[in-house]
Amino acid sequence: MPSGLFHTNYEDDEKILQTLWLKCWMWGFLVFLFVVFPNVASSLSAIFGINVLHMANMIGIFIIGAHGLNILTGFTGQISLGHGAFMGVGAYTSGILFMKAGWPLWLSLPAAGLVTAAVGMIFGVPSLRLRGLYLAIATMAAQFIIEYTMRNWTSLTGGSAGLNIDPPVIAGLALDTDKRYFYLVFVLVVASTLFLKNLLRTKTGRAFVAVRDRYLSAEIMGVNLFKYRLLSFGISSFYVGVAGGLFAHYNMIISDEHFTMWLSIQYLAMVIIGGLGHVLGGIFGTIFMVLLPELLRIPSQALSNVYPNIFAIFGTLRELVFGVVIILFLIFEPDGLAARWHTVRAYWKLWPFSY
Amino acid sequence: MLHFVQLVVTGLVIGSVYALVALGFVLIYKATSVINFAQGEFLLVGGYICLWLTVDCRVPFIWSFVLTMGFSVILGLLVERMVLRPLIGEPIITVIMVTIGMATVLRSLVTLFWGTQIRVFPQIFPQEPLSVAGIVISKVYLWTMAAAFIFMMVFSIFFKYSRTGIAMRATAADQQVAQSMGISVKRIFAVSWCVAAVVSSVGGILIGNINGINITLAGFGLKVFPAVILGGLDSIPGAIIGGLTIGILENLMGGYLDIYLGGGVKEVAPFIVLVIILMIRPYGLFGTVEIERV
Repeated sequence: MPSGLFHTNYEDDEKILQTLWLKCWMWGFLVFLFVVFPNVASSLSAIFGINVLHMANMIGIFIIGAHGLNILTGFTGQISLGHGAFMGVGAYTSGILFMKAGWPLWLSLPAAGLVTAAVGMIFGVPSLRLRGLYLAIATMAAQFIIEYTMRNWTSLTGGSAGLNIDPPVIAGLALDTDKRYFYLVFVLVVASTLFLKNLLRTKTGRAFVAVRDRYLSAEIMGVNLFKYRLLSFGISSFYVGVAGGLFAHYNMIISDEHFTMWLSIQYLAMVIIGGLGHVLGGIFGTIFMVLLPELLRIPSQALSNVYPNIFAIFGTLRELVFGVVIILFLIFEPDGLAARWHTVRAYWKLWPFSY
Repeated sequence: MLHFVQLVVTGLVIGSVYALVALGFVLIYKATSVINFAQGEFLLVGGYICLWLTVDCRVPFIWSFVLTMGFSVILGLLVERMVLRPLIGEPIITVIMVTIGMATVLRSLVTLFWGTQIRVFPQIFPQEPLSVAGIVISKVYLWTMAAAFIFMMVFSIFFKYSRTGIAMRATAADQQVAQSMGISVKRIFAVSWCVAAVVSSVGGILIGNINGINITLAGFGLKVFPAVILGGLDSIPGAIIGGLTIGILENLMGGYLDIYLGGGVKEVAPFIVLVIILMIRPYGLFGTVEIERV
């Protein structure tokens, strides 16, 4: 019996799930996610005192966005401080097409992705000639310009009063409960994760990684830097635009307040804490970042007897913890949770013979 | 015409503070090649410390100014030692992100201590405005501009002639060579962060005297980005000229376009300029052009 994985043909080597064991786990997980979880969620909510399905939907929406940013930052090595605003572009596009032009969801959501991709690529152009730090600054400018447009183009976006959006209807079924929306979100999460995983195995994906690792060498090898950086920007913005569309229909009201610089920073924190350049990174990071405020609520509640005004400063406290967590992760675990996951898994795989 | 001149004058004053803060920014970038997204928070912290000392502790303004400088030096040292030094040699994304994290921490600490209400300095400079040929200039503006220029002069001379300043320029040019000449690069990094923190808090105090202080002052720090990109990321004269230009531009655009575009143009105009510069002349007016060809 071979003690390890030995591929004897290329088909085996190219499989995403390489062993039967992994395959079973994956199917088991999917069954749990789509069949078991939505049905036990209400009792879980009762136990934990939070709306579990709502949290799951938020996590799902942000996973799609985080995957998008991971393509750009993790795989192509370009930093973006504008993904919060790009998500807003997607949200407004989908919302306006759905509400004002009467498009169905299955058209408005891809349209949101495409429009966001176009906007993202426009702001990506100037910095493509330049190195990473210029891109950070250009996308930060994009963030402020888009935010300003959302706030001041009142006739289209409703300004700071916000834009009301009805829940979407698919095949006669209104997706107006958390549970119904859960299926829409998580089908898209699975699809986007699968697309990302496959993208990395194509010529395009390998070109992205080459651009990240050493762009000059990549160019010498014949990788068209401009094309692939722009493409990465486009795909990344598409993802985050779709996430924005989902967010708009789920939240049912959107305004410029939802898509500030703070959201962009949160996105970056998600991919960095999760692990740049790992598909699992976007997932772990998002779960961590969405659950962190909830976890903070528990000690806050305990402390509220001693400091009665702790809930008044809760938002600030959350920001403080976010900042500290980001710094600590960058210093002590720069590869993020996904790398930790791999080490732990490798440890158990070889246990008790760790060498 | 009068309106125009008035806008230019106001822009020049705000621009001189931008220039001062941009100086600190460029300095950090030159010496350590770190883009500091927490520059605005340094400004905020400096402004609040000075305000707190002056108003709540009743320290005379001059002394609280000096104490704030001292505090900024300590803040710069702490930040460099605890946050930035462990990350030397890490990829640029990591370093950018850590300054963003630092900005978040500083901002929330300020909110925890002092709240979000806008607070004003007591009257320090004489109230009655100066009127020259119909243009009204308040004394605070004149003092602000004067102080900004004095600080810029002092730091320019410091870079040009002092021992540490020369060592800093050497480090900026080539870290390895500088090290082999016996310059302690670690010390230079620490000094850069100190100087950046100090000039930023001077900027914070000056702006606080004009507009009062609240948490949105941190956004002021982000406007140094257009200034430094215009001037060139690694050029000290560029930072000064860029700061002044952005100050004037944003005031003019705000003054003339607000009625058409519905307010707040001043806040976004510098960033539009920034994108245009990146499209046309990405290395700014005086920045080093890096040519990479394959």
